[in-house]
Amino acid sequence: MKDADKKRILREMIFYRRFEDRTFEAYMERKIGGFLHLYTGQEAVATGVLEKAVVGQGDKNDYVVTGYRDHVHAIKTGAEPRKVMAELYGKETGSSKGRGGSMHIFDASQNFMGGYALVGQPFPLAAGFALGAKHKGTDQIAICFLGDGANNQGTFHETMNMAKIWNLPVLFVCENNQYAIGTRIERSTAVLDQYKRVEAYNMDSSQHDGMDIDIVMEAAEKAIDYVRSGKGPYFLELMTYRYRGHSMSDAKGYRTKEEEALWEKRDPIKIYSERLIKAGIVDKAEIKTWEKEIDDEIENDIIKFSEESPEPKVEDLNKYVLDDNPDPRWIGPLHK
Amino acid sequence: MAETAYWEAIKRAHDEEMARDKMVICMGEDIGVAGGTYKATYGLYEKYGEERVIDTPISENSYTGIGIGASMVGMRPVIEIMSINFALLALDTLINAAAKIRYMSGGQLQCPIVMRTPGGTAHQLAAQHSARLARMFMSTSGLRVVTPRGPLDAYGMLKSAIRSNDPVIIIEHEQMYNLKEDIPDEEFFRPLEGAEVVREGTDISLIGYNFSVHLCLEAAKRLEAEGISAEVLDLRALKPLDRESIRKTVEKTHRVVIAEEDEAPVGVGAEIISVVNEECFYALDSQPVRVHAADVPVPYNHTLEKAAIPNVDDVYHGALKALGKI
Repeated sequence: MKDADKKRILREMIFYRRFEDRTFEAYMERKIGGFLHLYTGQEAVATGVLEKAVVGQGDKNDYVVTGYRDHVHAIKTGAEPRKVMAELYGKETGSSKGRGGSMHIFDASQNFMGGYALVGQPFPLAAGFALGAKHKGTDQIAICFLGDGANNQGTFHETMNMAKIWNLPVLFVCENNQYAIGTRIERSTAVLDQYKRVEAYNMDSSQHDGMDIDIVMEAAEKAIDYVRSGKGPYFLELMTYRYRGHSMSDAKGYRTKEEEALWEKRDPIKIYSERLIKAGIVDKAEIKTWEKEIDDEIENDIIKFSEESPEPKVEDLNKYVLDDNPDPRWIGPLHK
Repeated sequence: MAETAYWEAIKRAHDEEMARDKMVICMGEDIGVAGGTYKATYGLYEKYGEERVIDTPISENSYTGIGIGASMVGMRPVIEIMSINFALLALDTLINAAAKIRYMSGGQLQCPIVMRTPGGTAHQLAAQHSARLARMFMSTSGLRVVTPRGPLDAYGMLKSAIRSNDPVIIIEHEQMYNLKEDIPDEEFFRPLEGAEVVREGTDISLIGYNFSVHLCLEAAKRLEAEGISAEVLDLRALKPLDRESIRKTVEKTHRVVIAEEDEAPVGVGAEIISVVNEECFYALDSQPVRVHAADVPVPYNHTLEKAAIPNVDDVYHGALKALGKI
């Protein structure tokens, strides 16, 4: 990988961290409503995996889907950050025109197929995207990001089984942050190593450090090549940690300060920036400059755009429920 | 014209749409090699192969979800759920996903799936195979719900449903799969919206949907023998409802009976009476009457089952009540 790409990737992770931090502030200012789930701490997973996928190329992209902690996955897939922020603000210019909010970011133009609030629901949807891609004969794959908590849903077992029997081109990425909302994995899950659970469905899988983006990219590249080459589904478990609570209403009373400190030592941005500095690819001054540029962009472009954008119109409340321009040959009504 | 059974009409619609468009696929339990529980996909596996006529494991929620995902990337899946009772397992993907994705995405994505399922009582299938549940689907924003009463609609509405860009639930009925009707040999479509007057009358309106239309038609014959002219309205579509046709028939006859095979609370009849209240309350000459199932899980025992489910007699008596004759 070229040095310029390494620098770009580090800068992206710093951007995601600061983007999420800024949404936190906007939430505290009550500019953002509803539930807000932040990705802070897990950046190396989405950044590293999607770096090895086809993203940012519009309808040629691989299909990407995830749960409700979805801002970073959407942006890395190709959604514009200002539209993602405007969505959190509930504005008409938002990625889902203000109808979805934080948990339901969509960008169909980039094959970002959504954020979903039902834990485990993206498993079958992802397999469906893969079935569609296979049927159409494209070489796109589907990539499904979900946490370890999702693996206790029936959809996990049902979908792993069908993905395997139908040999679907889908990569399941398990972001194992060890907490199902506020319940630690030992208390919710009989098998701690998640990658072992798909062995029951005869699916290939592996487990890696999700805090070191070099390790993530290496594992993701192999997994994506495997899936794209037609070998069928693959399950990639990446060990990670979310620094903030499950959502904004979570005081994190279920875990210790010592545990948090331990993981923060393994911060993905810290690990990668130290590595690049040591290799002479970047220096601290340049990172400081990026941080300033990023903060400027977030404040003067992304937040400004979101603040100034219009609200959806109340007269459009009933749009998008069903097809707004249905063909009367199929829809009728009968007596007309 | 050819006399065609309900199941044959469904099979023909599948076949024609699959021949026309490679994006149309079928999914469900036992629909392929086994030929389909009600033969609605009979022979299609041999004709189109296992990639397009997909035998699924018994995993309703996730195979429905896979169909939904495929529909979001351009496929046109027709998903068969063997019994509407099993559709309860698929409610997460149907209601939380298919019905909401267009809206949540601000209109960027759509889920043009068709879910076909028999919803009704048959012969002593007991509580877990006798659910009707139409009321639950008709209360969900983002779905279309239709109830073909015979082969003509079974064929024409399935064709329309496959081509529509919305998720469509087609509620069939175990007691109708062998019902026969003449249908045209050439291709035709029946729209997914709009009720239909299936018998003209002037004294009372009998409103039904799905199998209860046939109860209404039989009751109308009995009423005719007594000199009472009953109009029968088949709702055809439960979502969206054709409020105008409900208003028109009530304004014509001034008396109304709603026959539903389901239990009454928060049901189709309750909704229709609300529509009558909102659209044409002052056209009524008597209070509307609901004919419905007993509020019990459907019993196995034949006598109890018969007592639980409305029949022609119940619709007939409901009409006499609305007419002030009992």
